[in-house]
Amino acid sequence: MSERKFRYVGTRPIRHDGVDKVTGRALYGADFSLPGMLHGAVLRSPHAHARIVSIDTRRAEEMEGVEAVLTGADLPELDARSMPGTDGRISVRDLGHNCIARDRVLYHGHAVAAVAATRLEIAREALGRIDVVYERLEPVLSLERALEPDAPVLHEHLPGRARGLQDAPGNVAGRVAFKQGDLEQGFAEAEVVLEREFSTEMVHQGYIEPHACVARVGEDGQVVLWLTTQGPFIARTYCANVLGIEPGRIKVIPSEIGGGFGGKTTVYQEPLAIELARRAGRPVKMVMSREEVFRATGPTSGTRIQVKLGARRDGRLVAASSRMYYEAGAYPGSPAGPGALAALGSYRIPNFQVEAFDVVLNKPKVNAYRAPGAPMSTFATESLMDDLARELELDPIELRLKNASREGDRAPYGPTYGPIGLVDALEAVRAHPHYRAPLEHGSPDEPLRRGRGVAAGFWFNAGMQSSADVSLHADGSAVVSTGNPDIGGSRASLALMVAEELGIPVERVRPTVSDTDSVGYTDGTGGSRVTFATGLAAIRAAQDVIGQLRERAARIWGVEPDAVGWEEGSAVPLDGAKADCEPLPIAELARQMAATGGPVVGRASLSAPAAGPSFTAHLCDLEVDCDTGRSRVVRYTAVQDAGRAVHPAYVEGQIQGGAAQGIGWALNEEYVYDPSGEMANPGFLDYRMPVASDLPMIDAVIVEVPNPTHPYGVRGVGETPIVVPLAAVANAMRDATGVRFDSLPLSPPRVLEGLERSAGEGV
Amino acid sequence: MARMSLNVNGRDVSADVPDATLLVELLREHLDLRGVHVGCDTSQCGACSVLVDGRSVKSCTMFAGEADGSSVTTIEGLADGAELHPMQQAFRECHALQCGFCTPGMVLSAIDLLERQPDPGESEIREWLEGNLCRCTGYHNIVEAVKSCAAAQRS
Repeated sequence: MSERKFRYVGTRPIRHDGVDKVTGRALYGADFSLPGMLHGAVLRSPHAHARIVSIDTRRAEEMEGVEAVLTGADLPELDARSMPGTDGRISVRDLGHNCIARDRVLYHGHAVAAVAATRLEIAREALGRIDVVYERLEPVLSLERALEPDAPVLHEHLPGRARGLQDAPGNVAGRVAFKQGDLEQGFAEAEVVLEREFSTEMVHQGYIEPHACVARVGEDGQVVLWLTTQGPFIARTYCANVLGIEPGRIKVIPSEIGGGFGGKTTVYQEPLAIELARRAGRPVKMVMSREEVFRATGPTSGTRIQVKLGARRDGRLVAASSRMYYEAGAYPGSPAGPGALAALGSYRIPNFQVEAFDVVLNKPKVNAYRAPGAPMSTFATESLMDDLARELELDPIELRLKNASREGDRAPYGPTYGPIGLVDALEAVRAHPHYRAPLEHGSPDEPLRRGRGVAAGFWFNAGMQSSADVSLHADGSAVVSTGNPDIGGSRASLALMVAEELGIPVERVRPTVSDTDSVGYTDGTGGSRVTFATGLAAIRAAQDVIGQLRERAARIWGVEPDAVGWEEGSAVPLDGAKADCEPLPIAELARQMAATGGPVVGRASLSAPAAGPSFTAHLCDLEVDCDTGRSRVVRYTAVQDAGRAVHPAYVEGQIQGGAAQGIGWALNEEYVYDPSGEMANPGFLDYRMPVASDLPMIDAVIVEVPNPTHPYGVRGVGETPIVVPLAAVANAMRDATGVRFDSLPLSPPRVLEGLERSAGEGV
Repeated sequence: MARMSLNVNGRDVSADVPDATLLVELLREHLDLRGVHVGCDTSQCGACSVLVDGRSVKSCTMFAGEADGSSVTTIEGLADGAELHPMQQAFRECHALQCGFCTPGMVLSAIDLLERQPDPGESEIREWLEGNLCRCTGYHNIVEAVKSCAAAQRS
């Protein structure tokens, strides 16, 4: 594999969607309209926790222009079974009840009713005429409260409650635990033991495009849904289950997508739009406001994580334990599992025990956010590793290299690692000019201080199911068609791989995203899986095209297909073919398609093999003003193993974007709740994502340790970059101030408070 | 209702719209200019930025009536036929976009910057673009694109 010489893979062509995106032609979720279309709006709960006593929609229905009104009672009652066509972790009832409440509202913003009207203003006005009587209940707003024995219990029956949880507090929805070796013995062998508790707050993916869809239902019951989504097939499955119809009756047409980061992998208003359209007999469009996106879609969990590390004086880790609590929001399903599995995966630790809990409370149900669960647990373990390096007076990279997992090691989560790039990434950071650049810490008498932090980590990456078609045109160009909306440049990477196989320039391959009726089943754009798994399908589909073209050449030459080979975009005669056969380029074979057997379409559908994990190490310089608490990242370097960078510029783009999101998470972003359970900052003014002036240039460095489960060595790259910035930034803050901050975000008030507390303690 | 006349992307347009109509609604819903994106409806994200008489404005913070008599340029009006505006070209070539949702506002805001300051430094570019949020790129390639366009326009 490593000897293969690539012609197109590894180059940096301009994305196929570039012109449409710089000219405003690209069509996003809110850009579709249909004749006779109605506009939908959703009435949302003003309480974080309440029983719905009654809903009276009559005054809304009487309004001129209102064509349909819907409440939870109008949708089928759902049982708690897991959803057919999914991996079994998602309950249809939870999903449906999250789309629209039945007898109880479980968070501020929970949908209660929906209206479709001829104009949006009418729909909004009608919401005000729906009379809901609530009986308010105590909201559960923190993990601490959720775990108390007398806390209100959100769900009487939690189907996900695993064995061994019968005695756990009632809001614990699930538990993940794994261990190895003898923990007690391990800590007894340790010469240094450090222990600390960390916390992070709920944060949002922050995609700039709000959720939007248009639904149309024909008289025959066939549904068409135009939708901005990471998973057209997921949306089809979820809507069908919530509405009690067959998935095959729904066709999802994905629009261009304005960011997702995991947040567009489920459904919220989509089943309501379909049901409103069915009732009204007209298409219905629904577009969320930014406030609705914050209040009523899925952010990721706030967490409380206790970590304990034991090491020998030479730096070798001998024992580790961790106990983690992840907020699930209103329904079970936090990323506690992957968070727990990611916590210790970077290091060889002979004795460990990790236990993670999924806890429900009265906040929006969380959804995936880039490497779900891993940034928080990695923040905890990598902060403590930083403390350990200080305690042992070891260079932080040296400490990590002493313990780094390598090929052949058994991962704490089970499998044995193949080739992995952690050592390569750490070595690359150590060799980078940034690591050797002198850092002016600043005088203790001056308010401005600087510090440097390092952190390492990884993400598992997913494989899952993918399909791809490659159609050859008579002009010798090709189309590669898949079911994955392009959120990070996957059209370009798929086209590059097809170009590589066919041997034609990448400009001659047009990538397209198909609807759910036009391509085989494909899991969503998530898990950093598209360039890996759908790429594998695209490569096989292109190879299928080549197989067919060799047969066409054989026919033209009057030889057996076995006597035809394929080199650099041409059919070539092999031994046994007639001597006078000149190579037939793909353009010539394409021109003769009609006469030699008709259209040539290559297909592949597959369940991808296990994806190779992608490891990373980040280096952060931070400046903090100790008078104001305000801090700024002034230099940032991120090294990551991409396996094989199919489009290096887009790998760098993923690294830069993920690092920026992680820096925002570390420094400023958080859901702030008032005591009643209403989110106090549901807008971009107060939910403070990084703006251009908050960030430095981000030096993205790619290392390539080919992944043996992909023919080119590709690893997923999209999620890993967000795993380590939380710790890299916090470690830089520790270096700058001498204070270990164990709670994120490191917003100015928290930094001031921490500095004052440590000064008071005489640290 | 208010009757207004303005020039949009080089064409004279007249429209009758309710007084409370925002400029973004006029452009998107009445004139079908769907490249004007709405990301927040509270004037933070900048995806709806357009040029009004050459100056970048968040079209969700301006009533349509305030643009009466003005000349408005949206992302659709930048290219000259098949020839992209140099800023569009720079964004495309520098890979200064991923999902592309913030791109129209980013491009128009950056054009206004170069009108005022043909040779901005990195910090000037970053401070100018504070009103335009991007969640995909970390702004790295956007800054590169603006620098590259500025250099090309000066030479």
